[in-house]
Amino acid sequence: MADVNRGNRPLSPHLSIYRPQMTSMSSILTRITGNALIISVMLIVWWLLAAATSPAYFDLANGVLTSWFGDIVLVLSTLGIWYHFLAGLRHLYFDAGHGLDIETAEKLGWGMMIGSVVLTVITVIVV
Amino acid sequence: MRYLTARKRAVGKGASGTGTEHHWYMQVSAVALAFLVPTFIYIVGSAIGGTQEEVLATFARPFPAILTGITLFVGVMHFNKGAQMMIEDYARGSMRKILIMFVIGLSYATIATGVFALGKIAL
Repeated sequence: MADVNRGNRPLSPHLSIYRPQMTSMSSILTRITGNALIISVMLIVWWLLAAATSPAYFDLANGVLTSWFGDIVLVLSTLGIWYHFLAGLRHLYFDAGHGLDIETAEKLGWGMMIGSVVLTVITVIVV
Repeated sequence: MRYLTARKRAVGKGASGTGTEHHWYMQVSAVALAFLVPTFIYIVGSAIGGTQEEVLATFARPFPAILTGITLFVGVMHFNKGAQMMIEDYARGSMRKILIMFVIGLSYATIATGVFALGKIAL
């Protein structure tokens, strides 16, 4: 029976020794956008709660969300959610066993980056 | 001589303790969100910037209220498990457990607040 390496394994690969690559960058951006989006969700929940509570509270939340700062946060949130959306689709495609060769993975990475910007522009125009 | 098989020793020893179940949840919720999120962006994006009367009128209608509620629940639970994966990659020991508990608490608090607000508006 194989009793190899029951000792301490490293938690994560030592990313700092690698040159940045499309595969690693598109992967870490997925994690960053996914986790950052909780801030967007909490902002929207706060705004809903304010709308449900009182006119004065709504004015406060609405003022924050429609200020220039709120606009920046919401546009970045849109970019983040579309990027994470496309990354999730790629992840499902990977999970099904497709597109795992480096060339395809890199192409899909560019598709996610460019696609998320395009979808964000469309969202800002439509919504 | 060890009597435990290699498989028996490995079960439950992954970072999360229940890796396949966790991964399956992420796949199921990802597919659900792929359908929910575009509509969610349209509804909430259109509602933001409106007057309080307009916002209340939007979320008093069944479709926007239900879609926002379910996207909030599935989305935040997807965050919950995704954030847990991140914590398991970068933290260990008690810090890992404390951070995971914090994320679970934050997730349920966010969902509860959103559902309360939606319920108060819709009912």
